Amino acid sequence: MQLAVKETEPAVEAVSHRKMIEIDDLSLVFQTNDGPVHALSDINLTIRQGDFVSFIGPSGCGKTTLLRVIADLERQTAGSIKVDGTSPEDARKNRLYGYVFQAPALLPWRTIAKNCAVPMEISGQSAAHQTSQIDKYLTMVGLQDFHQKYPWQLSGGMQQRASIARALCIEPELMLMDEPFGALDEITRDHMNMELLKIWEQTKKTVVFVTHSIAEAVLLSTHIVVMSPRPGRITKVIESPLPKLKTLALRDTEAFHQLAAEIRAALADEHAID
Amino acid sequence: MQTPLHHRSWFAVLSTVIAVIAIWYLAALWLNGQQLIKTYERKNQSWQLTDIVQQAYAVKRPMLPPPHQVVQEWVKTVFQTKPSSKRSLVFHTIVTLQSTLLGFALGTVLGILIAVGIVHNRTLESSFMPWVIASQTIPILAIAPIIVVVLGAMSITGIFPKAVIAMYLSFFPVTIGMVKGLRSADRLHMELMQTYFASSSQLFWKVRWYSAQPYLFASLKIAIASALVGAIVAELPTGSQGGLGARLLSGSYYGQTVQIWSALLMASLLGASLVFCVSVLEKLMLRKRGYQA
Repeated sequence: MQLAVKETEPAVEAVSHRKMIEIDDLSLVFQTNDGPVHALSDINLTIRQGDFVSFIGPSGCGKTTLLRVIADLERQTAGSIKVDGTSPEDARKNRLYGYVFQAPALLPWRTIAKNCAVPMEISGQSAAHQTSQIDKYLTMVGLQDFHQKYPWQLSGGMQQRASIARALCIEPELMLMDEPFGALDEITRDHMNMELLKIWEQTKKTVVFVTHSIAEAVLLSTHIVVMSPRPGRITKVIESPLPKLKTLALRDTEAFHQLAAEIRAALADEHAID
Repeated sequence: MQTPLHHRSWFAVLSTVIAVIAIWYLAALWLNGQQLIKTYERKNQSWQLTDIVQQAYAVKRPMLPPPHQVVQEWVKTVFQTKPSSKRSLVFHTIVTLQSTLLGFALGTVLGILIAVGIVHNRTLESSFMPWVIASQTIPILAIAPIIVVVLGAMSITGIFPKAVIAMYLSFFPVTIGMVKGLRSADRLHMELMQTYFASSSQLFWKVRWYSAQPYLFASLKIAIASALVGAIVAELPTGSQGGLGARLLSGSYYGQTVQIWSALLMASLLGASLVFCVSVLEKLMLRKRGYQA
């Protein structure tokens, strides 16, 4: 796709890529029995189409909550958020989202292929289209031999890959991923990271990725959003100087270490304030 | 480890059965013996303990028939009587089985419908649930004749009034189980469906319905046993000529305790087999649906 324009792409990207997510002065306060909890406070963030944005921060910093606000699974108590120019609810209606949870969340009574079919069944796509999409994306995540298996017959890593294939099948404009590889071992995690990068480059979609691994954030992202807790807020947005096309070998370069150090410093700053 | 545990459970089952039979024989001796002693005393005859023991287990109309008498009567009326005959226990069992199954089917459908309504509509829960619970606090013996009379006035007779009474008892566990089951859907699954903007009917058929299945089958086991009780009770006031209930009633009219006990034995065997059938169905369905169980 778009092979002819490939060379000029970075220049075009910087100027013309539309705003995918616009968040202005957004806050979210949960009312609990112990009083109000400021889960998110004065969030300002713009994410452009084609960005790979990671939210990183210690637990309780609101990174998952922010992702859930984008997905319309939580509503803000103040401020505004626009997704592709509309409200998150309309974006959900327009089926813009592919959400990958921390757990695979596969339906245990469906086979892997039938699980991938769920979003397409909901949006009423033809059986033929469903089958070809399932074939394509299960192959992409390396599960081409597991169509007819039930989730419990697969390892945790394979289940999570299936859940990513499920999100990819509808080719959503916006992939929202909440620590999708948190439960995986490091080897599988590396492999999944590279697969995800490959898929992102092929599909040119926007990805918002929650993680608490600095290495993962550096390896994957075009932008890294550093967050801190109590109240949950953004302390720094770092644009990655690394090339879009990344390899695992990149981790041994000076640029990689510098960026990792910058993130670590931003995280440490906030802890000092705490 | 598997084998010894297995053996131990068989041993437990066997020793319980032996204990029950032993207690039953002792109770039969005690109850029937008192009757025999009274008879001897009325006739001013002398008696010895050995006479009592010998006769207590062979009384024509005993207070409590010993197990072997019940089994003899059961074998006679099941295997040695033509199934078309009114003396055949098979005939009565089939009559009861029909209204049980019809009532169970109706009760299951009604129970599921009420549960679906309650889960989808909060107002329905607060307005309907008290009635559902109240319906079960009314003794079935009190309401059964009313149902028969009311349906009779609408010229509905035969199997249907009995099935309605069976339904009346069996819908309740299904409703309770299904409300719980439909609400047991995994929060993550629900949120996943939400991000894809699934409609509430898609949510129901793709997530809630399957999440409720284990609860449904647990309820169905209770419901089918309740339906059997309902069907038997329904046969008492309807003056029906057939059915295990009718058999119990005629047995008590004529003091045929052996007949009563063999009908009770049949009812419990029937109940156990029905529950067993539901369990088999449960295993097949849940396995087909990919549950590991």
